[in-house]
Amino acid sequence: MMFARPRALASQGVLGMNKRNIDFIGRYNPRKYYKRVDDKLTTKQLALANDIAVPDLIGTVSEQHEIAHIPEMVNNRTGFVIKPSQGSGGKGILVITKVENGRYYKPNGNEVTPSEVDRHVSNVLSGLFSLGGNPDVAIVEGLIEFDPVFDGYSYEGVPDIRLIVFKGFPIMGMLRLSTAASDGKANLHQGAVGVGVDIGTGKGLHAVQFDQPIDFHPDTNKKLIDIAVPHWDTLLHTASKAYEMSELGYLGTDMVLDQKRGPLLLELNARPGLAIQIANGRGILPFLHHVENLKNTAMSVEERVAYAKKHFCSTAQP
Amino acid sequence: MHSRKPFYLLVALLFISGLAASIYRGIEHNVPFLPGKQVQSWAVDAKVRFQATGESAEVSFSLPEDPAYEVLVENATSPGYGLSITSDEEGRRAVWSIREAAGQQDLYYKVTLIPTGVKQIAASEEPQTPEPYNWPATEKAAAEQAIEEVWSRSATNLSFAQQLNKALTAAERSQNIELLLSSNRPARLFVRMLNSKGVPAQTVSGLFLEDQRRRQQLVTFVEVYHDGQWHLFNPIDGTQGRPDNLLIWDRSGKSTLDVIGGINSQVNFSMLQDTRSALATSIDVMKNSDALDFSLYQLPLEEQSLFKGILLIPIGVLMVVFLRVIIGIKTSGTFMPVLIALAFIQTTLLTGLVGFLLIVAFGLMIRSYLSQLNLLLISRISAVIIVVIGIIGLFTLLSYKFGLSEGLTITFFPMIILAWTIERMSILWEEEGAKEVFVQGGGSLFVATLAYMAMSATWIQHWVFNFLGIHLVILAMVLLMGQYTGYKLLELRRFKPLAGE
Repeated sequence: MMFARPRALASQGVLGMNKRNIDFIGRYNPRKYYKRVDDKLTTKQLALANDIAVPDLIGTVSEQHEIAHIPEMVNNRTGFVIKPSQGSGGKGILVITKVENGRYYKPNGNEVTPSEVDRHVSNVLSGLFSLGGNPDVAIVEGLIEFDPVFDGYSYEGVPDIRLIVFKGFPIMGMLRLSTAASDGKANLHQGAVGVGVDIGTGKGLHAVQFDQPIDFHPDTNKKLIDIAVPHWDTLLHTASKAYEMSELGYLGTDMVLDQKRGPLLLELNARPGLAIQIANGRGILPFLHHVENLKNTAMSVEERVAYAKKHFCSTAQP
Repeated sequence: MHSRKPFYLLVALLFISGLAASIYRGIEHNVPFLPGKQVQSWAVDAKVRFQATGESAEVSFSLPEDPAYEVLVENATSPGYGLSITSDEEGRRAVWSIREAAGQQDLYYKVTLIPTGVKQIAASEEPQTPEPYNWPATEKAAAEQAIEEVWSRSATNLSFAQQLNKALTAAERSQNIELLLSSNRPARLFVRMLNSKGVPAQTVSGLFLEDQRRRQQLVTFVEVYHDGQWHLFNPIDGTQGRPDNLLIWDRSGKSTLDVIGGINSQVNFSMLQDTRSALATSIDVMKNSDALDFSLYQLPLEEQSLFKGILLIPIGVLMVVFLRVIIGIKTSGTFMPVLIALAFIQTTLLTGLVGFLLIVAFGLMIRSYLSQLNLLLISRISAVIIVVIGIIGLFTLLSYKFGLSEGLTITFFPMIILAWTIERMSILWEEEGAKEVFVQGGGSLFVATLAYMAMSATWIQHWVFNFLGIHLVILAMVLLMGQYTGYKLLELRRFKPLAGE
């Protein structure tokens, strides 16, 4: 049997695309707030205003003639990241980890010439990576120094932590680890490994690649469910705070761990994907219904995080 | 959560009104539910001939009026004559008139009739009780005796007519009836005897329709009123009921042909059976009855054929909604497959698929060169559009040179859509790899093929153009699918590891 019975999925509380769009995104995410998450620059400014830690903003480029100023901006930096403000799914992100005598190097050591950097920024501005080809703004950010705690779990890339936040309650979490198959990217459909994480403890629960359960990282052979995410409480707090900041009821938060600064908010997503359920090995609907049925929702961030840790951890029944 | 009731009410309303409109179309206007249906039609020519006396002449000729046949087209020709068609309670008549005519005159009336399947003649109102006929003194006793004898053997008006008809046509007739028949024509006598008992009855003229017959004459029947209907009797052979191939020409009870200013008048009929498209016939009938006032059939043919194409789009859109919402197939560009399918209708499927793949493959090669040039997006797309036009021109010319007429249809592809497809595929290739290009491109072509198969089915083409109500039904289905919160078919496979089986 290739197909599951619909009733079997429903009894496990699996959320499908149509139901997500109509009953959660359509109902809890007001259209007018989308800009807060679809535009990374706006997200960043909002986050700073709300005391949420984000990667350093070095500068922005919004006109073709400003491209010439990039070398000045990144002067004195060891590395930097250029990303399109309205890009999605990790498209158009250029990471430079080494700057030496005006020459740039990517994480794998390949050199990027200044004219290649210019062309990349020009493409960003003309909207190559933005939805519908709209003209865009390039953001130049400081390099994140990844916490070495995930060494051996991620191949050539950025491990990031995705949390689904529903009406301010973090209800499901996943760690995304890049692999050789995903070409250093953290997108599950490209072959990254997803590890479901216990909301209560930050410990690994279950791991998948290409929607199929796996036990060991395909490149480093490390046992995936042994993973434990540090700074777990801060991560939950940051994610929960993002609800007040974005006013989106059904929200995906993407965060990374910086060696010195701790958890940093990378971006928010108003249409988070459904693969997190496969990574957790369980459906998300019971948690969503649990929050929907809550009588008292006027809780502070701390109360919400405490409630979530108690009720949405792997040992509790939602 | 607000109530979904008004929504479902709207959907139900759309669904029911769409279906009802279509059924009304089919039943009331006789638009066939299946394409290619044929109906029989009869072309009847009446030729009126008389010798004009050299003075002014006027010819009044009754025209057919029969619930069993509908007049599709009629026309009268007669050089030099003025013609008017009159219509009153006694029926329609053609009146020819001329100031001066001499010698043999021929007037023609042609009519095309289609059977309606209605066999009964319903009376629009109850006829008045007729005045009893005043029998001449020589016949009075015989008539009264004969009538009383039959009357005593009958129960109702109808059975009286049946018995009377039998008595008049029996092989062994009574003396009384023989006497009456010697001075009366059978049909006239039959009517007079019925009227004497207050039974409404009148003579009618009918024509037997037989293929390729010429010089036919009208036959006299008698119709008797009973219980809201007129029943036909044949006073010659004594049978009751309507023969299948009988056309009732004249029910006025008066003369079928009146000629003033002429002698030796006579009328001959010839007829021909024909088959014609049921659809065209219904449209002609609607035209006659002015039911077309607000309809697509009024449009000039060119616009009609344009609409035939446009009205297929809802089918394609429905297909896309179904395949995306219920099945969960990924396509590149939401409605691009519909436009490709529309092109396939012009090119046919195989040529279309080959042409599409050729254009996109060539386009991708050229696009990969353009991407090295580091252009702004808008110029790059514009360049791709121009290149696509070039490719289409080149393929058209090549296929013409090699005598492949199929290749010429390649110009039906929507160029802007192709350019965007190439652009999207190219970006997809760079960012997600060739596999995703084949998944989404293949998905698009699969959806386009299914949409094409739906849109090219003749009965669907017939329905979307001739039963506009079906579009309300499609709208209702699209709205309904927009509310579907269940799993997509492909999600059942994707989430299989979660099913816990």
